[in-house]
Amino acid sequence: MFKYLPHTQHDIDTMLKTIGVSSIEALFDDVPAEILNPELSLPHAHSEIELVRHFRTLAANVNVLTPVIGVGAYDHYTPSIIRPLIERQEFLTSYTPYQPEISQGTLHYIFEFQSMITRLTEMDVANASMYDGSTATAEAMFMAAAITKRSHFLVSGTLHPSTLEVLKTYAHYKGLTITVLESPEGVLTIETLKKALTDDVAALLVQTPNIYGLIENYDGFSEILHANQSLFVINQDPATLSHLKPAGAYDADIAVGEAQSLGVPLAFGGPYIGYMATKSTYVRKMPGRICGLTEDVDGKKAFTLTLQAREQHIRRDKANSNICSNQSLLALFVTIYLSTMGKEGLYEASQQSLDGAHYLYDALLHTGRFKDPFNQPFFKEFTLATDGDITALKQAAQAAGFLAPFALSQLGLNEKYVSFAVTEKRTQAELDRLVHVLGGVQ
Amino acid sequence: MKNYDTFIFELSEPGRKAYTLEAKSFANVQLDERLLRKTQPELPETYELGVLRHFTNMSFKNYGIETGMYPLGSCTMKYNPKIHQDLAALEAFSAVHPYQETGIDGLLEIYASLETLLSNISGMAQFTLNSYAGAHGELVGLMVMKKWHEANQTGKTKVLVPDAAHGTNPASAIVAGFDVVELASKPDGTVDMDDFYAKLDENVAGIMLTNPNTIGVFERNILEISQAIHAAGGLLYYDGANLNPLLGMARPGDMGFDIMHINLHKTFSTPHGGGGPGAGPVGVREDLVRFLPKPRIHRDEKGLSFDHHRAGTIGQISQFYGNFGVYLKAYAFILTNGPHLKDIARYAVLNANYVKESLKDDYDLPTETHCKHEFVFNGLKDKSTHVTTLDVAKRLLDYGIHPPTIYFPLLYKEALMIEPVETESKQTLDQFIAVMKTIAKEAKDDPEMVKSAPHTTIVRRLNEVKAARHPVLTFDMQPASE
Repeated sequence: MFKYLPHTQHDIDTMLKTIGVSSIEALFDDVPAEILNPELSLPHAHSEIELVRHFRTLAANVNVLTPVIGVGAYDHYTPSIIRPLIERQEFLTSYTPYQPEISQGTLHYIFEFQSMITRLTEMDVANASMYDGSTATAEAMFMAAAITKRSHFLVSGTLHPSTLEVLKTYAHYKGLTITVLESPEGVLTIETLKKALTDDVAALLVQTPNIYGLIENYDGFSEILHANQSLFVINQDPATLSHLKPAGAYDADIAVGEAQSLGVPLAFGGPYIGYMATKSTYVRKMPGRICGLTEDVDGKKAFTLTLQAREQHIRRDKANSNICSNQSLLALFVTIYLSTMGKEGLYEASQQSLDGAHYLYDALLHTGRFKDPFNQPFFKEFTLATDGDITALKQAAQAAGFLAPFALSQLGLNEKYVSFAVTEKRTQAELDRLVHVLGGVQ
Repeated sequence: MKNYDTFIFELSEPGRKAYTLEAKSFANVQLDERLLRKTQPELPETYELGVLRHFTNMSFKNYGIETGMYPLGSCTMKYNPKIHQDLAALEAFSAVHPYQETGIDGLLEIYASLETLLSNISGMAQFTLNSYAGAHGELVGLMVMKKWHEANQTGKTKVLVPDAAHGTNPASAIVAGFDVVELASKPDGTVDMDDFYAKLDENVAGIMLTNPNTIGVFERNILEISQAIHAAGGLLYYDGANLNPLLGMARPGDMGFDIMHINLHKTFSTPHGGGGPGAGPVGVREDLVRFLPKPRIHRDEKGLSFDHHRAGTIGQISQFYGNFGVYLKAYAFILTNGPHLKDIARYAVLNANYVKESLKDDYDLPTETHCKHEFVFNGLKDKSTHVTTLDVAKRLLDYGIHPPTIYFPLLYKEALMIEPVETESKQTLDQFIAVMKTIAKEAKDDPEMVKSAPHTTIVRRLNEVKAARHPVLTFDMQPASE
């Protein structure tokens, strides 16, 4: 007997009688004998006490450093009320809301999530989530290919290199081509776009703030692209949209990004959550699940998954995307985060991140060990160049309990560049200590 | 259930706050106006208790595994152990930045240990845990298949997919750049071998199969199929959605599969979350390991680390290392079960056959063979009153039970696919059987009542046509009159 398996011998005997076989083994008689009952090397069955002990031992072998870097994952504050809400079994254990009558809870939060994403991005419609920011960007590429019927993409070289890698992988297998636009000044300019734009381009994909933390300005981009029948895809950190001009204001066609920055725990890389939003005119080409508001037979307001004819279970080999399960519970997480922090909270947290990052930037430049290679506006993340020993810097910071700086050479970028990021969780005392420690490295 | 349909925006009042942040004394930074938005986004302004009440009341409109059973075929809705939530919340597992490289031995051990366990359980050489969901795993696995063919310059472009397969199978094949050729199924859902041999030409790169198949019948010809595909220079992909009845009883690797994915949120108990996050690890045979995506876990004399620069792989398919918080739970599940993992398959199969035998007088059973973990009815046995599978499903809601999977697989017009997982007791199953028998009787005695079900749910018979024709997808898209 085992706590997850309720069957008693009496149950088994009664059930076998109903089925009309003498043993459970008889129900496997269609499995070839040569592959039946393999030898497995499994651990012993851990009691709960042992399980906790095992995980605590693993945890003891982890030293949590205070991040003063971002590079796609940001240490933002997580309000305490989120976890107990998302752990409610009605949310946590529930299935995909294909039976809307008993899934109105899930559908309700998806609808609110979609609503908040459209307000943040100033786009018309959004889906119920994607796996992460990088795959959301790749799916935007597929969507643009389907809409324009073109297969050539211009991608800014200031994207997070991992996002670019994912785009390249997805493009290769789907038969799409990518031209990377280089930006030696650190931000993509309209001149670079004009030089590269040809009439076979399906879309331009950009990211702001970019991998260097720099804020890019896309005034004039959409006019040029749309005149060429090309689409405009912008990847943005949604936490920065409290302040920054969003995709919709740039007349982008598709907005995507990584919403981990909306209070989702760092958790060594996942689960995070991608978002995608677009113009109403393209909604039927958008991948993923979409929740809509309708009425029931009694005229009551009701939510339901809609426009399902786009999806894999209907279109099969004609589908533009194969996505099925997404990051739904994280969409709930983000919806609660945005409800809790709200209009002023998101702004205040972002402003503190902005202020703290500029404070750190000034202090680091003041040590004389770093230079700014770009001198461009940045938000909560910035890049500095150093001739110093970056490994020594990282080790010194680590000894003081910090994870900083990030060596951009790890992502294949300039080996002198280091990246820092500051959020509302970082105090002046922490930043002063970090600067002191880095400044003291030989 | 109570119908709570207030929007969070309706609870908003300017000036309300549901948060506090620490005061900071940094100098205030003002960015260039050209970079800024004109107005702040209209996010809610509420208070902490208000937020809690809103989402708590919202949760009352949902059903979960702790409410009752989900007999959903192909979904494997088993108990999600509570202890896993506590483990995932430990600071060591929730607060480490993915680019931290030192002091992470405990985290890397989890990745490496789960990888090894999954390989052993499924008969594969190694796994990647980077794929985020089953469909994502299918895509990654097919990218591996494509890369192998590219490396061997075979020029093969076709993938065989049974017509009974889950929609993600052909969709994933297309996204990976293959052409899809549909294989006919016999009435019991198994591969029609005549059609298989007819379509197995020199352009076939591989086949995607699940075993048991999508109606829960074991593919008896699997060894013959794998030999034939290999002889023709192709690879076999295993869709792990139906792995539950094989746990410990048979391994996909031993059947000849070369690449596979596992749905951790099905077989290994991680929560469905209303539609994710899941995890779809991909396992491969030894000579395909070099194609697994980066970053790839790596062990040398210094210990474990992530290799971000590995050459010759399919590339990168995720920002970081996948849903760490999810696969930590799958690892805990395997540790708790230990050798009991083998019992999972046995009881899942026992449960399914018991429910099938108990209901075959009232529902139309298309095939007499023993099933594995799931089976399909083709609607009611007595269809004279024209009560459909949809009607039966909606009537089940009145009895407080989540319906089985309906209208899948496409093989049967009135498909009703039932999977009574191993964590369900005989008592629970008997209750389900009793209700299904009652509904079958109602379909004969009072068909109109079944056809107009559900009657007691908080909303009923939604206008799906209106939802698709006139989409209202955000709060702001609501018609002005509201």
